Amino acid sequence: MSSNMQHNDSLLRFMTCGSVDDGKSTLIGRLLFDTKTILADTLTQISNTSKKRGMEAVDLSLLTDGLQAEREQGITIDVAYRYFSTGTRKYIIADAPGHEQYTRNMVTAASTANLAIILIDARRGVLTQTRRHSYLAHLVGIQHIIVAVNKMDLVNYDHAIYDKICADYLAFANEIGFAQARDIRFIPMSALNGDMLVDRLDAMPWYSGKTLLEMLEAAPAADVEVDAEFRFPVQYVCRPHASADADLHDFRGFMGRIESGDIAVGDAVTVLPNGYQSKVKAIQIGDLQLQSAQTEQSVTLLLEDEIDTSRGDMIVKSSSHVAPVKQIEAHVCWLSETPLSPARTYVIRHTTRESKAKVGTISYRVDVNTLEQQATTELKMNDIARITFKLAQPLMVDSYSKNRATGAFIVIDESTNNTVGAGMIV
Amino acid sequence: MTTKQTKHQPLSHLDWLEAEAIHILREVAGQCSNPVLLFSGGKDSLCILRLAEKAFRPGRFPFPLMHIDTGHNYQEVIDFRDQRAAELDERLIVRSVEDSMKRGTVVLKSLDEPRNKHQSVTLLEAIEEHGFDCCIGGARRDEEKARAKERIMSFRDEFGQWDPKNQRPELWNLYNARSHKGENIRAFPISNWTEMDVWQYIEREKLELPSIYFAHQRDVVMRGGAIVPINVPLMNGEVIMQPKNGEEVINMQVRFRTVGDITCTAPVISDADNVSKIVLETATTTITERGATRLDDQTSDASMEQRKKEGYF
Repeated sequence: MSSNMQHNDSLLRFMTCGSVDDGKSTLIGRLLFDTKTILADTLTQISNTSKKRGMEAVDLSLLTDGLQAEREQGITIDVAYRYFSTGTRKYIIADAPGHEQYTRNMVTAASTANLAIILIDARRGVLTQTRRHSYLAHLVGIQHIIVAVNKMDLVNYDHAIYDKICADYLAFANEIGFAQARDIRFIPMSALNGDMLVDRLDAMPWYSGKTLLEMLEAAPAADVEVDAEFRFPVQYVCRPHASADADLHDFRGFMGRIESGDIAVGDAVTVLPNGYQSKVKAIQIGDLQLQSAQTEQSVTLLLEDEIDTSRGDMIVKSSSHVAPVKQIEAHVCWLSETPLSPARTYVIRHTTRESKAKVGTISYRVDVNTLEQQATTELKMNDIARITFKLAQPLMVDSYSKNRATGAFIVIDESTNNTVGAGMIV
Repeated sequence: MTTKQTKHQPLSHLDWLEAEAIHILREVAGQCSNPVLLFSGGKDSLCILRLAEKAFRPGRFPFPLMHIDTGHNYQEVIDFRDQRAAELDERLIVRSVEDSMKRGTVVLKSLDEPRNKHQSVTLLEAIEEHGFDCCIGGARRDEEKARAKERIMSFRDEFGQWDPKNQRPELWNLYNARSHKGENIRAFPISNWTEMDVWQYIEREKLELPSIYFAHQRDVVMRGGAIVPINVPLMNGEVIMQPKNGEEVINMQVRFRTVGDITCTAPVISDADNVSKIVLETATTTITERGATRLDDQTSDASMEQRKKEGYF
């Protein structure tokens, strides 16, 4: 068995949307089990727990059982992260609860995912929650959607039922306008029996498409899809001027992660918000010298000129036009039990930069079930609204639909230091 | 259906994990005023040291290293810890559970009892003594189910407590490491790594490890289904882990998958005497890292969750 052997493979982050009733935990349990991620002692443990709870077969959904508080209530409260690998790819699953009162957790899980599996119970078809999950995946910019019609075993593997659900879903996706913009795929399955996840059993000969795992293997990794321009928020400046090595006294390295685009030695760059211009002299990862670097690499940039740059600045290509702004408009998901107060001052963290911020206007709140826009003056936990903020410091932003890294921000309440909001710039 | 143009090869999973970890370390350096890196000499923290080199060289690390020593550590690991800190020319702080015992803040029921959980007390004392606002650690989410929901930047209150029901939401890669005086953040740069990823990284980076990770001959007894090392000499000359009456001492070829307090870390039978053999063994093992080797996590379904609430790493 070499299921965990992996070299030079890529990485895919995806999320699962659905409730316990849709078989979400069973689906994840199955993926982990069928890819041999679950080891014998864990299996023994859940087998014992299954027996303790009076179940006859091993309940694979127990694999995703997390905290004591959750077990007591039999629900998932928080986002959990799971890992498996196939030999060609490493996967990170963000497992989020699907109920309406956990919208904020879904948004959290979606924020790092490049693909979402939306589960539908074949007996029940497209429901309000399906619409909510799809809207949230859309809002948070997930490009690839797999609609998994689960529990086919409970509808006699009826092809017509599957076709009807697919048609219903597409009609709804067209209605909210994301069918054109997203890569949407459908699959019938029985997570309980392990049919069409990793293995293809013989119950659905009418389905000749890919299994779930084949779809996951073929989905593009996030870092090859970002076609946005070069954005390099400076995290940290390395100046070892006190070093014993005299050669290092003038060393000035700008350290950060390339959030989008690519960069090569010799490229003309501009440091924002001040607008200083220079050229890239060197690109390093540790001791390694690179000629060029790409999205999601953490590197150190050395520039030709001595420029006064610090954390929070952003390096872009000089050919790129980014105007620092002091007002932003965004879709904001409120995460805190304390409602948004238009009277208060918050801190917005955008890339490596922070600014004080006050609410300008709240245009509307979105009902996540009907997608209806409603007038409102306040924002409670799990609400999603379109808001403008006035900023004390300029930020270098892109629209979220163009660039997830430079279009996103979090809102921090300075009194508690809690993260209270998540914003996606329009 | 649209798929954006592919411009370049995707990063390999190790390159991606490395880039993420470097980003997290630099966020700690950028956001926190007095962080510290917890370093035990174990494989996970050795990976973090390599990541810190890639994150901050040619500069110095913007944090000291600290080890919370239970007093029940293998001599090889302690020697290795000191050697590595010296090679890096970084400051190493050692605080010991035995000092907390002398102060009376740690009270043991018996001298032999596992001291892992008592590390929390010594850690909190060290945090207070130095005024650390962030501790960087090598915990991974795949280790244990209570860890699967841990944030990368995890908030702890004045008592070092983790409140699983009241964690800060963590979105995109926008980490919030803010804290008030007395509170602190635990930062986990290799949260998204599995045991396999760690070994593959060690192999790729040619990292040196303490010898007890590799197959060696050792006197052990079988106790309650676990392999228990016996007659282990400590730094102070004391020998702990005596066999009980009637137990048969066997000399076996074993290695440690994880390195911790001697009294609660069991070795596994293995002939893997180099890193590539360990990678192969990790790929084919049927037992989880903690399941095989930790004698203290199996008492209840929630024992890790409980200890984390009390300030454990």
